[in-house]
Amino acid sequence: KRTSASIGGAIADLVTKRRLDHAVVEELEEALIRADLGMETAVAIAGKVGEGRYDKQVTPEEVKAILAAEVETILAPVAKPLVIDPAKKPFVVLVVGVNGSGKTTTIGKLAARLTAEGRKVVLAAGDTFRAAAIEQIKIWGTRTRSPVIAGTQGGDAASLAFEALETARSQDADVLIVDTAGRLQNKSTLMGELEKIVRVMRKVDASAPHAVLLVLDATVGQNAMSQVEVFTRTAGVTGLVMTKLDGTARGGILVAVAAKYGLPVHFIGVGEGVDDLAPFEAKDFAKAVAGIE
Amino acid sequence: MFDGLSEKLSGILDRLTRRGALTAADVDAAAREVRRALLEADVALDVVRGFIDKLKERAVGVEVIKSVTPGQMVVKIVHDQLIETLGSTADPIDLNAPAPVPIMMVGLQGSGKTTTSAKIAKRLSDTMKRKVLMASLDTRRPAAQEQLAVLGTQVGVDTLPIVAGQTPVQIARRALDAGRLGGYDVVILDTAGRTTLDEAMMLEVAEVKQAATPHEVLLVADALTGQDAVNLARSFDERVGLTGIVLTRVDGDGRGGAALSMRAVTGKPIKLIGVGEKLDALEDFHPSRIADRILGMGDIVSLVEKA
Ligand SMILES: Nc1nc2c(ncn2[C@@H]2O[C@H](COP(=O)(O)OP(=O)(O)OP(=O)(O)O)[C@@H](O)[C@H]2O)c(=O)[nH]1
Ligand SMILES: Nc1nc2c(ncn2[C@@H]2O[C@H](COP(=O)(O)OP(=O)(O)OP(=O)(O)O)[C@@H](O)[C@H]2O)c(=O)[nH]1
Ligand SMILES: [Mg+2]
Ligand SMILES: [Mg+2]
Repeated sequence: KRTSASIGGAIADLVTKRRLDHAVVEELEEALIRADLGMETAVAIAGKVGEGRYDKQVTPEEVKAILAAEVETILAPVAKPLVIDPAKKPFVVLVVGVNGSGKTTTIGKLAARLTAEGRKVVLAAGDTFRAAAIEQIKIWGTRTRSPVIAGTQGGDAASLAFEALETARSQDADVLIVDTAGRLQNKSTLMGELEKIVRVMRKVDASAPHAVLLVLDATVGQNAMSQVEVFTRTAGVTGLVMTKLDGTARGGILVAVAAKYGLPVHFIGVGEGVDDLAPFEAKDFAKAVAGIE
Repeated sequence: MFDGLSEKLSGILDRLTRRGALTAADVDAAAREVRRALLEADVALDVVRGFIDKLKERAVGVEVIKSVTPGQMVVKIVHDQLIETLGSTADPIDLNAPAPVPIMMVGLQGSGKTTTSAKIAKRLSDTMKRKVLMASLDTRRPAAQEQLAVLGTQVGVDTLPIVAGQTPVQIARRALDAGRLGGYDVVILDTAGRTTLDEAMMLEVAEVKQAATPHEVLLVADALTGQDAVNLARSFDERVGLTGIVLTRVDGDGRGGAALSMRAVTGKPIKLIGVGEKLDALEDFHPSRIADRILGMGDIVSLVEKA
């Protein structure tokens, strides 16, 4: 339901029981491009659907099922839960991404989930740049009954992260989630600051951060590839979250990202509420991309 | 990261044709590469199709200028057509209405509405000497109204005092009243982000529009948007009636094909671009800049122009 009712429609129009030929494969390719998989991945997957099946009679349902299976093959290896290692205390989760992708909201949802599982969660208001970013995460802290370590707007984010880690440790927290300001990956100064946040936290705990989550917006196009590459290089991304899948965007670029980088995908965001975070399921996502309800 | 279209086209075309007019076969061969380049730049597939059809019509039979290759010639034609589609003239924000002129900002979650509201307010008050009032109609996102208030202080523009418990329509009415009573020239209404599938929220934004009768309704959209640009622009235009588009995060390294998609499906001008998080990072839209980006180059065009 989430990802692509209209792709299903498109495929149904295109192939009402006919021979699987080059034209059908090309149409599948286009349906995948419309879902933001990108040219290369779309061509590769559509090609796979055609392999060994040319000239067979196929129904739209069959085509969709084969398509979903191909997409699932790519996604299944990356569908991995976020594992909180209890030996790391606090387990430090650093959340990064471009502006407005949904980092702070995802932190709120994640705090709710981890708290519900019985963990003591502390949040760090590491976005010291954006107007009212601190107030925003404080509201999420109140909602999820998680203490928020905050400085002042315009303060140094790395020092705040350092302080937050020390405080979380002294408060015996299980998990510390660190928010960061949104930054575009082509801004080297801002990426340098992110690197510094990581470096400084390692002074408190050499193994921190234990998870670095890159938050991707489902509406994003091909630029997501470079976001993944640069944030991984700079901050050592360990997993992905894709937000805003409750909209019309299908987030198909995630398939291209999975094919190329193989990074784990932990969660998807499906709304603005505290419960609108779901584990990433390869099968569901693949079905949605292929237009199976 | 992306190979220039011109190199690819040179490879294909310069073998096929030496000099003379572009043939249908030349243009067909070129069209495949143009299609690929546009899709890699995130131009929506249907928009790409229409674009290619027009390109074929226009390019066949065109005489190749002596000093350039057929590949370069096609790139120039594509570039010109991109500029034409993006809108050749600069459309500024229109304030030609009785004061206070209401301007309403709409868009998906996180696209940059609040920041852009403050940037526009700053521009109108600093360089155009208008008295501006901003109001946040975002009663949903945590600290959204505080965000606008902080930005207002930063740019030295008044914001409507926050009253808890009011609906967006009530806030809009209060903002316009305050605008009239306070002798403001412009009232900027920042709205909450919404997905176009959220029927209740789309209804709400239509109601606000009805209550406030804004002179400008600006869609604020992320330049990094992929194929969804068409759905988003079309739905907002259908439900609220846009007067223009503001493209944000043009300071990123995205290819910006969304600009072409949105312009093509709505016919609405791109009025401004956001080029940073700072509040002076707002610029007029220059179609040639985005056209160069979509194609991943600019030098060929000036080469052909000089020829
Ligand atoms: N519909 C929908 N909206 C979301 C989702 N996740 C976040 N949002 C909204 O997206 C907008 C931006 O979210 P934030 O959490 O502030 O994003 P951010 O990455 O922290 O933004 P910056 O700190 O400014 O870079 C807000 O309006 C959120 O409510 C989601 O899964 N679905
Ligand atoms: N790099 C860059 N960042 C921008 C630009 N415009 C806005 N931003 C950033 O994008 C993020 C989201 O901006 P907001 O203005 O809060 O977006 P919004 O549309 O009001 O978000 P919601 O109200 O949550 O829907 C913030 O981190 C802004 O600083 C831009 O042109 N370039
Ligand atoms: Mg944030
Ligand atoms: Mg806002």
